[in-house]
Amino acid sequence: MIKRSFLGLVKPALRYNLAPGSVQELPVPKKVILLLKAPENGGPPSTLKVGDAVKTGQRLSASPDSAEYVISSVTGTISAMSPHVGTLAQKYTAITIDASGQDDWDDEFNKTPTLDTALRFFEYTPGSPSFKAFADPEKTIRTVVINGMDDDLLLTANQCVVQNKAADIKNGVDILKKMTGVERVVVTVPESLVQQAGATGAELKMVRGTYPNSLPHMIMKDVLGQMVEAGDTPEDAGVVFVRAEAVAALGAAFRTGQLPVSKVVTVVGKGGSARNVRARIGTPLRDVLQACNVSVSERDRLILGGPMMGIATYSEELPLEPGTDGIVVQDEADSAQTTDYPCINCGECIRICPVKIPVNMLVRFLEARLYEDAAAMYDLHCCIECGLCSYVCVSRIPIFQYIKLAKYELSLIETAEAANE
Amino acid sequence: MSSQKKLVVAHAPYWHDGSKISTKNYHIMIAALPAVLMGISQYGAPALAVIAFAMACAMIWEVVWNLILGKSASIGDGSAAVTGMLLGMLMPATAPWWLIALGTFIAIIVGKQIFGGIGFNPLNPPLLALAMLVISFKGVFDFNESLRHYDLGFVMTYPLADLKAFGTGAIGKFGLGDLFMGRQAGAIGSTFGLGLIVGGLYLMIRGYMRWEISLSFLAGVFITALLFNLSDPAQYASPVFHLLTGYTLIAAFFLVPEDSSSPANFIPMLIFGAMAGMMTVLIRNIGAYVDGVVFAVLLMNLCNPLLDKIRPKAIGKVVENA
Repeated sequence: MIKRSFLGLVKPALRYNLAPGSVQELPVPKKVILLLKAPENGGPPSTLKVGDAVKTGQRLSASPDSAEYVISSVTGTISAMSPHVGTLAQKYTAITIDASGQDDWDDEFNKTPTLDTALRFFEYTPGSPSFKAFADPEKTIRTVVINGMDDDLLLTANQCVVQNKAADIKNGVDILKKMTGVERVVVTVPESLVQQAGATGAELKMVRGTYPNSLPHMIMKDVLGQMVEAGDTPEDAGVVFVRAEAVAALGAAFRTGQLPVSKVVTVVGKGGSARNVRARIGTPLRDVLQACNVSVSERDRLILGGPMMGIATYSEELPLEPGTDGIVVQDEADSAQTTDYPCINCGECIRICPVKIPVNMLVRFLEARLYEDAAAMYDLHCCIECGLCSYVCVSRIPIFQYIKLAKYELSLIETAEAANE
Repeated sequence: MSSQKKLVVAHAPYWHDGSKISTKNYHIMIAALPAVLMGISQYGAPALAVIAFAMACAMIWEVVWNLILGKSASIGDGSAAVTGMLLGMLMPATAPWWLIALGTFIAIIVGKQIFGGIGFNPLNPPLLALAMLVISFKGVFDFNESLRHYDLGFVMTYPLADLKAFGTGAIGKFGLGDLFMGRQAGAIGSTFGLGLIVGGLYLMIRGYMRWEISLSFLAGVFITALLFNLSDPAQYASPVFHLLTGYTLIAAFFLVPEDSSSPANFIPMLIFGAMAGMMTVLIRNIGAYVDGVVFAVLLMNLCNPLLDKIRPKAIGKVVENA
């Protein structure tokens, strides 16, 4: 918890951690757990079964024609498959693979720089990039932004990659251009990484080091000067955001012919000590934490991601996913507690909101579950989900949670309406 | 995937800046202390009794209401204590006990709780209570009358009453320095200009109060009074006189910027403060009441929801017909 500044007129400046440390390689874990999005009809994967042997880099999907897949990060045998439900009720199949200890590389990936290859192999890579927008005929993508910053506070995983793997990023940029046909590739980095990012061959842009300036919507506004309409994604405005780690992984894969199976993650212990480790995707969090000497005790919070936007999870057995940039352990005593006090209209949230939402009014509608009115009158869909309103709320209302809930409920209504038509 | 250790899950963000309603209210009370202590040093034990009894009563009403409705106790947030303290500061030292009990009842129950409690009051609770008391019990709030037994070594007539009754000729006896240092008759906590300004600056700098409202209120009072003064110096007092007398300063720093009953957006805050200041001087100079602060602020409280509709366009919002 960072205390408010003594001088209350000054906005609390939440600065990103801009000092990426060295990366420690973790050994190959004994087992990995890969979360495969469950097929539409819900049944267990037809092409996979317990006891199957898999190779490192092998593409595993539920059925031969399914677009959802995972890339095995070890060589070994499938020891278990069970259903798993994500935080927003997404259905997954958790595939547990017991590692044999040696890497035997799968050779299906053949270095052809086409969009098909990207869709087929590179969506389950570090940084979990999405290439679907390029294949979508309704979207015209003109710009790719490589984000060299980390999304959340404390984390430095992504900056670490920019610092150490500039050559891979340069290679990745070339391949990305070939794959997608997009001419304009922009790389956004903090001032401290300008030198490294300059060597990548992409158009260099700087991002200020205060939260939430590295969020895609803020980069759209401040760096590209483009407006993303409320409720739209940057893809709708013709811009695809890719994390620097994903581009580096792409570059490395085309250099070595091996698909990326490990990722850098920032592990932050209770004392706030941050260190970066490189671990296989699917490594159970317990193994990562043990390797970093970070202990987790009863009633602590185990946060996947950073302190502002991460997800507090319930078990150390869960795996490191391709999109996990940080693991933060927070002591019970340091955890921010929310209350059910009403809004007292002090206006702190209005002053800190980066997109000027009248949060004081919005939260009243959300508390009353008037989600449609909130969206129509008080700019619910403009929210970029940075969490600053909850951070400064003097009543400690879980505003961010209300906003996410409202968006989720509205999306359910929309889905239901679409199904009825 | 089960784990022996039970971890606490929650929604982001996992950090908070540590602010609390109770902290905020305690700081407001600290900021009000200089003015209160000055009042107590001038009027002695009766002033202390009024303040203490008002705070106690306000808190008791809050507890009673919570008990009747079976709500969780909200007394710990300090809001009732602040309301009681401010109401006490607005009263003369001679205010009878039943008046305080009634006033705090109006402030806490009628002003705040029946609307839903903290954050829901459309009007400023201490001012609403004061308005009802002023209308109902004129004698108590006629400071010349209620303070007639006190002789504290300075002019013991209420400056605004003198101005109203006798015009600017009668206010020559009040030195601006005396007014500023609290050497004037009036309510317990509203006469010590220096103390109120120091308290107000403290709240502004620490961010517990919206400075925009305070400063625009003072500017509204000053400019309006200045225009009156320029038009007819013989009839209308100088703007500085208006700033230093009556409830102007306590209102500027403790009453007008009350959270729930004032706007939160920038431009509405400026309009709100300036209009309240303007109304204050209008009532003082051409209205029936001696001090216009109470009704001016209550009137602007009513405009608050409308004013707060003036707000910046959210980034990304698409206006269909623009």
